[in-house]
Amino acid sequence: MYGKRLRALALTTFAALTLTWVLAFFWAPDDADQGFLQKIFYLHVPLAIVTLGGFVYGAVAAIMHLRTRDSRWDMRSYVAIHLSLVFGVGVLITGSIWARGSWGVWWDWSEPTLVSFLLVMLLYATYQPLRFAIEDPERQARYASVFAITAGAFVPINFVIVRLSTAYLHPRVLGNISGNLPGRFQVVFYLSLVSMALLWITLWRYEMTSKHAGAQLRALRRRLSGEDEDTQPRRSAVPTLGVEAGAPR
Amino acid sequence: MSAPGVSAPGAGPRVPRTRVVLAALLRKELTVELRSFEAVPAMTLFSVTTFVLFHFALSRNTLSGDLASGVLWVTLLFAAVLGINRLFVADAEQGGFDGFLLSPADRSVLLYSKALTLLAYLVVLEVVAVPAFALLLLGPALWPALPGLLAALALGDLGIVVIGTFVGALAVRTSVRDLLGPMISLPLLVPVLLCAARLSSPLLGAGHVGSLPLRWLATLALYDLVFGLITFAVFDFLLED
Repeated sequence: MYGKRLRALALTTFAALTLTWVLAFFWAPDDADQGFLQKIFYLHVPLAIVTLGGFVYGAVAAIMHLRTRDSRWDMRSYVAIHLSLVFGVGVLITGSIWARGSWGVWWDWSEPTLVSFLLVMLLYATYQPLRFAIEDPERQARYASVFAITAGAFVPINFVIVRLSTAYLHPRVLGNISGNLPGRFQVVFYLSLVSMALLWITLWRYEMTSKHAGAQLRALRRRLSGEDEDTQPRRSAVPTLGVEAGAPR
Repeated sequence: MSAPGVSAPGAGPRVPRTRVVLAALLRKELTVELRSFEAVPAMTLFSVTTFVLFHFALSRNTLSGDLASGVLWVTLLFAAVLGINRLFVADAEQGGFDGFLLSPADRSVLLYSKALTLLAYLVVLEVVAVPAFALLLLGPALWPALPGLLAALALGDLGIVVIGTFVGALAVRTSVRDLLGPMISLPLLVPVLLCAARLSSPLLGAGHVGSLPLRWLATLALYDLVFGLITFAVFDFLLED
């Protein structure tokens, strides 16, 4: 189900990322103020936006899970949050490098976007421990969805409140993008955003395919060796998919 | 009007009124706490001990302004986390959830009763901790700051209550609830801490008492409201089994 057209998607993503980086380095002009350092903008900012978008998608999938009680929605939410956590570490590292390059410090508390992002990461870092601490798969899925919804709502609120608390320092990207970005910057920035989103989607689909294939394999094994085996699955933070062996999906 | 707890005859199955259920649940919470003294004494003692710790850690005899407000709020927050951790334990371990779910009462009433219980814990905590803070650490006098501080405490408590009740219910039926409770609640409580500390710091300034910063008051009230709604929306899903 998730494996269809995956190769085409992966190739498109690869091409889009390559094009973005070629354009970013050789076509987009150097920033007048920050020079070559500003190129990290095309990595850091799309990464951050895609990460937060992934968390919000995780919340939406969690809402769908609570509405439909379909374990596939729980798996979608889980994979989205998992992937965004990995992307988020990348955001913190690239942000730190950028801060060091342009402000001379690895970390800056007067930078609201960076601080809010850290808070969001600290909160989401408890998602997997929470799942792992609940043994019953049904309750684990339900509690994880409740957490994902609350944390997803926390993302925008937190950004607003932390931004209120500090003076502006960060280049405002979404607020006034047409105001301060000349044409070529803008083209490359949107392209980088699209390619980063494609990368997230590709990885998400690979992970979903793998999880789904794994669940089907286990179901087939169970059928081969009689129904008794694997009735006590290992305790895990990964959602359990209710897959029938050989059922076409 | 019919007798309390009994709906009008012919109105279908008997469903107790919210007010009656709430009163019964609050009476239960009060009885449990008065018999066991599990949460509130530990919270108050913890707060006083933490003030002593801050005295030694900062090597200061008196605090004022930002530092006073920060120390007060961090202490209250950590003491509150102790209460949050205990809030649902008796229900999870001794069948309180099952008993409640078997009754025909509306599930949200459990949320209200727990929130009011936590609020009562916090009020008792602050009745002890704030005078103790004024006595032990605060440089400027407490009296002129008190009206503003009460507003800050009320809104801060409300934030702690809505987040604490949610996280308490989420963490209690996990295998490591004592660890997960603080880990989940503290990031969610950062905006409350931020607003409450900014609200209180001009009140506790040396020299004169500044005015209450209304921007922070409004932000904190809004955060309390939004999180209250989120907690209300998702709480039922935590109680399904």
